[in-house]
Order: sequence, then C-alpha cells, then structure tokens
Amino acid sequence: MNQFDICVTAIGRAASLTRNMAGELVGLRESNLPMRTYRSTILSYGVFFFVLPQNSRRMDASDSQASGSRAPGLALAGTFITLLLLSVFVCSSFAQDWVRTGTSLGVQKVRLAVPDFKPSSADPQNAALLKTFNDTFWNDLDNSGVVELVSKSFYPLQVPGQPADVTFGLWNAPPPDAAMLAFGNLGAAAGKMTVQGWLFDVKNTASPQVLGKQYTDVVTDDAARLIAHRFADEIILRLGGGIPGIAESKIFFVSDRSGHKEIWAMDYDGSNQHQITHQGSISLSPRVSPDGSRLAFSSLTKTGWEIMLYSLDLNRLVSFPHLGGTNLSPSWSPDGTRLALASSRGGDSEIYICDASGANLHRMTANKGPDVSPTWNRKTGAQIAFVSGRTGLPQIYTMEADGTNQTRMTDQGYAVSPNWSPNGQFLTFAWVRKYGPGEPGSSDIYLMDIASKQWVQLTHDGGHNDFPTWSPDGRHIAFQSGRSGKEEIWEMLADGTKLHQLTFTGRNSQANWSWK
Amino acid sequence: MKHRNLKWFALVVAMGAVLMLGACKKKTAPPPPPPPPASPSPTASISVSPNTIEKGQSASLTWQTSNATDVSIDGIGAVQASGSQSVSPADSTTYHLTAKGAGGSQEATARLTVTQPPAPVAATPSPTDEDLFGQTVKDIYFDYDKSDIRADQQAAVQADSAFLNQHANINFTIEGHCDERGSTEYNLALGDQRASSVKNALTAAGVSAARIKTISYGKEKPFCLESNEACWQQNRRGHFVYQK
Repeated sequence: MNQFDICVTAIGRAASLTRNMAGELVGLRESNLPMRTYRSTILSYGVFFFVLPQNSRRMDASDSQASGSRAPGLALAGTFITLLLLSVFVCSSFAQDWVRTGTSLGVQKVRLAVPDFKPSSADPQNAALLKTFNDTFWNDLDNSGVVELVSKSFYPLQVPGQPADVTFGLWNAPPPDAAMLAFGNLGAAAGKMTVQGWLFDVKNTASPQVLGKQYTDVVTDDAARLIAHRFADEIILRLGGGIPGIAESKIFFVSDRSGHKEIWAMDYDGSNQHQITHQGSISLSPRVSPDGSRLAFSSLTKTGWEIMLYSLDLNRLVSFPHLGGTNLSPSWSPDGTRLALASSRGGDSEIYICDASGANLHRMTANKGPDVSPTWNRKTGAQIAFVSGRTGLPQIYTMEADGTNQTRMTDQGYAVSPNWSPNGQFLTFAWVRKYGPGEPGSSDIYLMDIASKQWVQLTHDGGHNDFPTWSPDGRHIAFQSGRSGKEEIWEMLADGTKLHQLTFTGRNSQANWSWK
Repeated sequence: MKHRNLKWFALVVAMGAVLMLGACKKKTAPPPPPPPPASPSPTASISVSPNTIEKGQSASLTWQTSNATDVSIDGIGAVQASGSQSVSPADSTTYHLTAKGAGGSQEATARLTVTQPPAPVAATPSPTDEDLFGQTVKDIYFDYDKSDIRADQQAAVQADSAFLNQHANINFTIEGHCDERGSTEYNLALGDQRASSVKNALTAAGVSAARIKTISYGKEKPFCLESNEACWQQNRRGHFVYQK
C-alpha cells in the first residue's frame, strides 16, 4: 500500500472561456476562495493506492447475487478502478457465474457528506437554480465511483452554507461519520449567479479546507448545471487520485427519435440531449475526435456508405473524400491526426488507415471475411484492435498500427465492438461467449486485460448489450442495452456496478464517449 | 196596335242582332283576357353526343330553346338561346338547362357518363422490363454469418443470370441484408460481402459488372421483424432492385 499526500495549493485560475450547455461561449468566472482562518497548505489526509497481489484477491465466484456488499470505503485512487479488476482475472474459469469485482473489498472509499447548497440571496429564482445545482452535484459525485456519499438522513438539521457555519463535531462523528464535507451557497443577484463551494476535511479541524471555489455566471439552469459539474470535478480530481473528473464530458450516440437514425449528443449524465446531424438517411458509428472538435461517422448516401466528418465548432459537415465501396466505423488516433476505418473499396471489407483529411489511405488487413470496428490504443496510438470474421464468427484481434502482428484475442463465440481503455491496458467489447444452436447466449459486455488475455464479464442477464465505450477517466463504461425492452444507452462503473439508464426516448445505440 | 207590334219586333231583332254579334266576336278574338300578344310558353331541349365518353375525351353539348329570354345551364352559366359547346368533364355530369321566358320557364336535362380509362396494363399488353424483372429475378438467401452462395441457391443464381443476360439493357442494384443478431457494424460489412458475393456469381455467369450496383443495409432494413429463424432467414438475403 502506497500512501500519497496530496498537496493542495491555492493556484489561482484565470477566468476561462468555456462552452455552456447550449454550445455558446460564455464567460464563466472561476476563482479560488481564500483559506481565511486556516493556514495549511498540506492536506494530511491520505489517498490509498491499492495494488493487491493477484492471488490474494480471489473474489468469491460462487456469489451469484448482485452482492450488496459495497463496503464503505476510502477508495482506490491514483489508478483506475479497473486496475483492481486485474485481481479477479484468476477467476475467469468461473466466468459463467456472477462475479462481483472491483472496489468493494478491503478498500474503503472516502465518506463524503454533501448537504444541499443554501441560498445566499433572496432572489426568487434561487429555488429552481438550487434544485438543478444540488441534483446535478449529488449525481456527479455519486456517479464518480471514488467517494461514498453519506446518506442525507444522517445529516444534522442545520447544514452550513459558509465555513463559519461548520460545526465539525456534527459531521466527523457518527451518525454521519464523514471524512469530507462539501458545502456552499448559491445566489442570483442583478443578472448574475454566484456559487461558492468548499470541500472540508472535517477530521482535520485545525486546517480543514481542502478546496474553496467561487463561480460566477449567467442566471440559467444550464449554467447552474455547468457549475455543479465544474465543482464536482474539482472534488473528484482531489479525492480520486489526481484523475480529472468527467462531469463535463459528452456522449455521442445514434438515435432514431427524429424518424431517421441520426447522430445525437448528450451530457455524460444523460441531460441536454440534442440532435447533431440531419442527414435524413441512416447515420451510424459516431466517433468524436480527441480534441472534441470533429465528429466522424458513417452515413448512407446516394453513393453508398461514406465516412462523413462533422465540425462541432462550425456546426456543419466538412469535406471528406469518397473512398468507394462500403465505408464504416471510423476511429480517431489519440493524437487526432489519423483515422482508422473499414472499407470494402477493394472488394472485401478491410481495415484502412488514413490522415484525418482522408488522404494517404493505406490498407492494413487482407483477409477473406469482414474486418470492421477498429479502435486505437488510446494511450500509445501504436496498436489497433478490430473485429474480423476471417475464421467464421467475428472475433477480436489486435495489430500494430502498421498492420503487423495480428493477434486473435477472443477464443470463441461472437465478439464485436472493441473499445480500448484510456490507460491502454484493457479492451471492453460485446461478446456472446457460447454461441450456436441450443446455446441461448446473450450478448454481454466484457473486459479483457490485453497483456494476459484474461477477461471478466461486466453485464449479466440483461438482454442484448453492445458497443461499450470508456469514459475519459477510465472508471465508467457506457453501452447500449435492450434490457428495458428497447435499445437504450446505459452507463456503469467499469466493474459493472452503479448501472443506470441514460436515454429513454426512441431507440438509441452506438454510444461514443468524448476523450475529455 | 200595329205600330206597337213593330216596336216589339224591332226590339227582338235588335236584341238578337246584339246576341249574334256578341257570339261571333267572341269566337275570333276574345276581348276579356288582357295580355295575349307575345306570351307563348318557352320550349327547351338539350342533348349531348356522345352520351358516354372516357375520361379526357370531350363530347358535344347541343341545346335549343324557343320563347325564352333567359337561358342557362347549371355549371356553365348563361348561354345563347340555342347553341352547342364542347365539354370534357372529369366525372359523369348531368347538364341542367333552364329556359325562362315571358311564358314561363322550361327545364331539360342531359346526362353525360364519363368512364375511367382502362388500366394501362390492358392498354399495353406486353409487360415492361421492370415487371419482368420483378417477376423473374429471385433474391438469393444466405446462411447465418455466411456470405458464400449455398447449394440450394445456385438454381436461383442461374435463372437470374439467364434472365439478366437476355435483358442486357437492365441495370440493377443488389442489396445485402442481414438478420437482427450481432452488431450493427459487423452486419453492414457482412451485408456488403453478401451483395458482392451475388454480384460475383452473376459476373461469372456473364452479366456485365457495369450494370450492377451493390449496397449493404446490414440489419437496418429488415424484411421481417419477428425474432425467429423463419424470419431471420427472410432477412439474410441478396435483394435485387430494378434501377430505372
């Protein structure tokens, strides 16, 4: 066990231009609040980094329930939750059983109390803004997977809106028994909304302030949501081992709710769903560029299936050459300079790589049988995983980015839709492991350690699941599932817990999470 | 006395003469009814020839009236006292002629029946290329996750290529379709291979590749929406579409 100390330095941040929910540029002013009565610079609370010996982490594979044993805990930080999953790969021989993997055993997450922010002015808009802010803020922290939120029923009757209001004894002892307290206030006045937020280490009464932030923005619901995302990300950054939070990330997906399959986008928590493309045909396989400026997708045109490029800055299509044949499943290299894609321009569907402009097209594979769905190693950009039907049913393969060293990763069944983890270590993909007559296998989401080819099943008994996509922090996976009766986008932690539905209207599929 | 008799005789004669006169005058020109000079009742007649036409053709409408000052036909309006006009209604029509004059009014009607033209099939006895294409060319069906043409589909491929070789002017598209199982992207690639596979079989049989377009729909446009093998088999196909 390593212990890190986190230095909390009061680095002032310049006011930053940012994009609000509606896509307009707004000036959101953000500043650090002074540590008024406290003089500390070093936070004495520790973040624990767990790398457990693999053989000591055999989870009880016979546990066939969705274990309720989410022990409280100070969480894993400094690495991905998924790193811990490595420890259960030893159980892969029991994989038909439910395996509850992840962070719940032996590791404690930070207990964080989050009382509702209080109004700081008498403006009548405060109530609605506070509702949006508090709901968003709570959900962001709850979804993060790095803290355990203390139930609100344990809170004292008087909750603080200012540092001076904090009574440490009410928070750091049972019933709340919180290690951390996030609180603050929100007020609209003269067309401006100001939010002050603090994160206190309530067990360290001498110098409790970990974080103090003030945000000023226009008085809108979207701005309240954006500030909640910002402040939640600040907290997750500090309590989650220095990995930036994802509360401002976006998920792109395919929806038929307009009558045609078009590309849509939403915030990572399912809010603010809006249509991006208006092709009026069938548009599939959205992949957003690493810098978030462009969206590559595949669309049915008069000339067949073409790769299309949409500028999210200009809000219009930008040109991409017609390649000939059927062109599918574009994928960005992590530096954003190249695209991998599947094209049948040579007769058979093969993996090609080209520049982001479509120039310099090179074929990487040459096999009978379809090769589709490339995904780059997001850490190194040096390898590509893809799907190949060269031996019959589709399987996951990896290769170097120059096409050499093609290696089959899955041993059986029907394996499709690979997505490479941000840390470069894992693949997640959809797999019907037992496939064939009399084998009513369902398509589930799996995770594979690339070096060892050991895998673990993340979804169970929930209809057809496909197209997993990693969150930028590597802690979450979004995917499509038919478990609600029709295809919708769902999200879970990368250990399979905290499953929840993000879309509810129409049929939605092929989620693609932004890179940051 | 004699004078008195004569007086009576003269009175009787005079009375008789008056009576006679009155009776005769009444016969020739009756004085009491005041308005007689131009008061005959109007007459009206209308006819249409022919009285049955096909839609789009025209017919001749002829009418005659007399003793009328105000002549109109419903749907046409005021017209001359007599005349004819060519009409070409879309639907069967009854022409209603009204003639009003000092002597009253008179009405007459004529019915024109409009028949719908016979179906074009009947008009063109020989079927078009498109009809022949639709009737003759059979889709090619595939096994699950396969894009090679199986043995029981070879006969269909031969029949299709024979027809297409006879009708070298027909251009067409082969659509590759898949069943609902598996991933969207992989099925699009598989559908592409199915379409190519059918195309290759046809070109091997002598059909020019320049006449053939291929497109994959993967599992995006299924023919059958149920989740069972019979339905899935319907959806695993190379589908021929006539290209106009």
